[in-house]
Amino acid sequence: MAGSANPFRLLPDSASGIAPRVDALTGFLLLATGLVTLIVLVLIVTFVLKYRRRSEDEVPPATVSRVSLEIAWSAIPLGIFMLMFYWGAALYVDLRRPARGAMEINVTAKQWMWKLQHPGGQREINELHVPVGRPVKLVMISQDVIHSFFVPAFRIKQDVLPGSYTMQWFTATRAGEYHLFCAEYCGTMHSRMIGRVVAMEPAAYQAWLAGVTPDEPPAVSGARLFASLGCAQCHGQNGPTLAGVYGSTVALSDGSSVLADENYVRESIVNAPAKIVAGFPPVMPSYRGQLTDEQVEQLVAYVKSLGAAASPSATRPSPDAAVPVTRPVGAQPPDHRPDFPPARNATDYDRPAGSQPHP
Amino acid sequence: MSHLTVFEHDELPAEQFEDVEQQRETSSLGMWMFLSTEVLFFGVLFTSFFVYRTRWPEAFAQGAKELKWWLGATNTAVLLGSSFCMAMAVHAASEADDRTIVRWLWFTVVLGTLFLLIKGTEYAIEWHEHLVPHFRWSPVAPGAGEPRDPQLPLFMTFYFVMTMFHALHMVIGLGVLLVVIVLARRRHFTREYHHPVEVVGLYWHFVDTVWVFLFPVLYLLRH
Amino acid sequence: MTTVPYNPDYGRPARPTYLSIAYRVSSWLLTRDHKRIAILYMIAITLFFTVGGVAATIMRLSLMTPDGRLTLPETYNRLFTIHGVIMVWFFLIPSIPAVLGNFLVPLMIGARDMAFPRLNLASWYLFVFGGCFTISALVLGGVDTGWTFYTPFSSSFSNTHVVLTVAGIFIAGFSSILTGLNIIITVNKLRAPGMTWGRLPLFIWSNYATAVILVLATPVLAMTLALLCIDRVFHVGIFDPAKGGDPLLFQHLFWFYSHPAVYIMILPAMGVVSELIPCFSRHRVFGYYFVAGSSIAIAIVGFLVWGHHMFVAGMSVYGGMVFSFLSFLVAVPSAIKVFNWTATLYRGSISLKTPMLYALGFIGLFVMGGVTGLFLAAIAVDVHVTDTYFVVAHFHYIMVGGSVMAYLGGIHFWWPKITGKLYPEWAGRIAAGIIFLGFNLTFFPQYVLGYLGMPRRYHAYPEEFHFLNVLSTAGASILAVGYVLPLFYLLWSLRYGPDAGPNPWKAMGLEWTTSSPPPPQNFERTPIIREEAYAYDRMTPQGSDNTPIIPLPAAAGGARESGRPGSRPESSEWSDQ
Repeated sequence: MAGSANPFRLLPDSASGIAPRVDALTGFLLLATGLVTLIVLVLIVTFVLKYRRRSEDEVPPATVSRVSLEIAWSAIPLGIFMLMFYWGAALYVDLRRPARGAMEINVTAKQWMWKLQHPGGQREINELHVPVGRPVKLVMISQDVIHSFFVPAFRIKQDVLPGSYTMQWFTATRAGEYHLFCAEYCGTMHSRMIGRVVAMEPAAYQAWLAGVTPDEPPAVSGARLFASLGCAQCHGQNGPTLAGVYGSTVALSDGSSVLADENYVRESIVNAPAKIVAGFPPVMPSYRGQLTDEQVEQLVAYVKSLGAAASPSATRPSPDAAVPVTRPVGAQPPDHRPDFPPARNATDYDRPAGSQPHP
Repeated sequence: MSHLTVFEHDELPAEQFEDVEQQRETSSLGMWMFLSTEVLFFGVLFTSFFVYRTRWPEAFAQGAKELKWWLGATNTAVLLGSSFCMAMAVHAASEADDRTIVRWLWFTVVLGTLFLLIKGTEYAIEWHEHLVPHFRWSPVAPGAGEPRDPQLPLFMTFYFVMTMFHALHMVIGLGVLLVVIVLARRRHFTREYHHPVEVVGLYWHFVDTVWVFLFPVLYLLRH
Repeated sequence: MTTVPYNPDYGRPARPTYLSIAYRVSSWLLTRDHKRIAILYMIAITLFFTVGGVAATIMRLSLMTPDGRLTLPETYNRLFTIHGVIMVWFFLIPSIPAVLGNFLVPLMIGARDMAFPRLNLASWYLFVFGGCFTISALVLGGVDTGWTFYTPFSSSFSNTHVVLTVAGIFIAGFSSILTGLNIIITVNKLRAPGMTWGRLPLFIWSNYATAVILVLATPVLAMTLALLCIDRVFHVGIFDPAKGGDPLLFQHLFWFYSHPAVYIMILPAMGVVSELIPCFSRHRVFGYYFVAGSSIAIAIVGFLVWGHHMFVAGMSVYGGMVFSFLSFLVAVPSAIKVFNWTATLYRGSISLKTPMLYALGFIGLFVMGGVTGLFLAAIAVDVHVTDTYFVVAHFHYIMVGGSVMAYLGGIHFWWPKITGKLYPEWAGRIAAGIIFLGFNLTFFPQYVLGYLGMPRRYHAYPEEFHFLNVLSTAGASILAVGYVLPLFYLLWSLRYGPDAGPNPWKAMGLEWTTSSPPPPQNFERTPIIREEAYAYDRMTPQGSDNTPIIPLPAAAGGARESGRPGSRPESSEWSDQ
């Protein structure tokens, strides 16, 4: 159930692979800090009782300062804090690095609803069905203000920004329904921007998937856009090849290199001059303002779908596409199926410059 | 007396000080502290500018080229000159030479005003060229011009915000200078007590220094 | 052993105090006296606290039901915004520095006034003027962005009075800067002879560190808010991604100020506690230099940790780790203070008067709130609890359980000095107890709520969070009673309280050597300091070098002159009075 009705719980459901580990760290923090707090409180109460003033003119013996004590109670807490830091940081790395083979779900946040799409094109509103035991990576963007995708039972949370993608991942470990909250204040109905994550056994999940009608996969829409905008004029001949670029490390003209993730592909479309691929002249125009947000998403989906295919006009890579050689640890191989929301009316996404704020 | 209200006449040194020298040191220290707050105030603008310059390099390079660097350079020379005059005024103040103080302060005011006039001219040119975001903007250069980078308004916003905040500080400085001129003409200063002139001098030099950073950052980073 | 009350004017006509020297309204509204300005601030922040407190009361009442039916969502959002804006900028930040700091800093260092009295008054007028803007925004319908004004919601989406509210904060920010400036310069330049840095009371060290933060951090807020207004009014897209702006830049700039701001709110409170503990245990502070140094360390490291508010905002993994590490570091100086205060109690002579109750309550609640800061610094845990009621509980433990309790403790402690009257001790103790109880009942359940997953700024919530919210609201109603009580008995004491005398607590410190209330110029004669602070071990019934508890009978030293003693005296002895 989406949180049991027991009002006396101290812990939410623990339903992801990372949740018990977060709880373990919390438990350690509770123990360590609780102990110190208890000691300090007991000491204070003891001192107050034992040394209470007995007569008005009483002058107690002088305070004897001890530097060794100062050093001790500075160094020991510092040591404990470093342990807490290290544990938290190590756990955080695992929190942020998706496991291999994660299924990508696209999340679009909008005042005041969540729109999600599965890799096969199936769409959901305010609900997310996921299979138990399979890593799921959420690629998220907002259409308006900053939101935050929060599933307490999974112990995950990540802000969802307008204008760039953010990501988080989880592996559900127990079937059930869990709260989905928006955790970044986003306006009037912020507290109503809630939903649920439904984790199902794999068989049940497949059955559910089969029962939902998918929309046109965004990579297909992206392929059409790619052709109609004439991108192949450069990218098929003189420009940097797009086959296999997603997930690889790209060398830039200023000597640095960058991971070609969703944000890199998106930026290359809307703000090409920021990062020029080494060896190529800076001639790609910026498409900002000429494409809607979700047209950009479709193009990104298309590029992701290219995998290592030789020809950029292929819309689907062969299932045994070669994995690019230079790929940082933890990056995803290009997925076989496109996974972005389908085309919508432009007015859903466009806000012309200078328009009035939304009511 | 502490029961004096703000408008009642004060003796020298003011009641909370032991002697005039302490009052002078305190005033200077106070002004230095205040200037440190100004560093952070403008620092936000410089930081944001560089963040966006990294993000939109083409727009910001184009923006620098749109500005009239020769007017900016002239203004830099004018402001440096006014700082020189200010320094001369402070020197005259240490010798309690009221007429010289007044003369050099007037030169400072004149040069400061000249700076503002040149700045105003620049703004007028930018208005004419439709380079003012929100008020008068054209996505294409007027005449048979080239299309402008879509992020150019961001650069121009920073240009106007930074130079206007600077100009505001100059206007306040000019106002304070006029007050100090009036005080000097009333023979208010002595060899021991002339720290209003010193303190205004510190402020004026600071405003000049901000411009010395503004000019290259806005006008000269053209690539 | 009986004591003879100290009366410097025994046998002489009563000398004017800073209160009695003039009664006209203009003598208050145009004053240069730091003590009167402190009282002007005290009145202003009490009014603001009431407004912010009423907002909180309505919020907690609305949160009693899961559907929040007492308020509309729009109303609730405006309530929590104005609660945050007023409590942070118009109550907590000025509270101790501008009220107790203004009153006590010159007294504690032996000066006659602050370095810049007119700027001091100007800062109060700026404060009130800024407050007018913000209250106008409230009256005109309020603002609904949260006190953090995140973009692009605040710059491009909200339909409420953002600019008006922000203008008020901007103006009040200059008030903060001037107060900080005054404190720094005063402590640097106006210390009495013999008052070296190593002899300063810890209250001065804390307020000095606070003043440094006030002066350096507030301008960043000012410019950030100015950019926000420009973005909002002219739609230029400084922070709006649709026009090329970066919403994260706003967050970085905002938190670069707002994290040091929380140290502005807690450091002076720690300074107050560092005064109360020695007095009510009659013990020198255990490690004076460590406590003083920890204030400076908190101020410096506090500038380096702002990113811990943004762990899930879209920051890189490595950026997050750096900020997590530094956030753990900044916890160490606070721990040092707590251990030093506890050690000061050891073998002391402890009296549980009202100020001491507040001080001990502070230590307990600050520790409880501070350790949850460690949970938040542990970045993996923060991912789960950030933006939930866990954070709300954490900062309320520190700001309310910490700062407000210290402020009340300081008000009670120095009330006799400020007003010359004693408040009824039994009433003080009852109120302190009610506040402590009500506070814990209000905010402890919120830790649990947060870990369970209840997000903050929620007008309505799932049914399973109902019970804990009811507990929290119950606590809030008790807390409200506790806060109202001092208003009554403190005001009552002004008229009916017994005269306090110069040193009713038998405390050490220069402020206790002068009359209660002090004369307008603070001291009859510039004091000379010959010993370090809190020299309780050298206390005798006659007092010590610097702080006569009961002075020797007036010798044939002649009539004392009022007015400024002139240049630094070389041979005048304090104790020949």
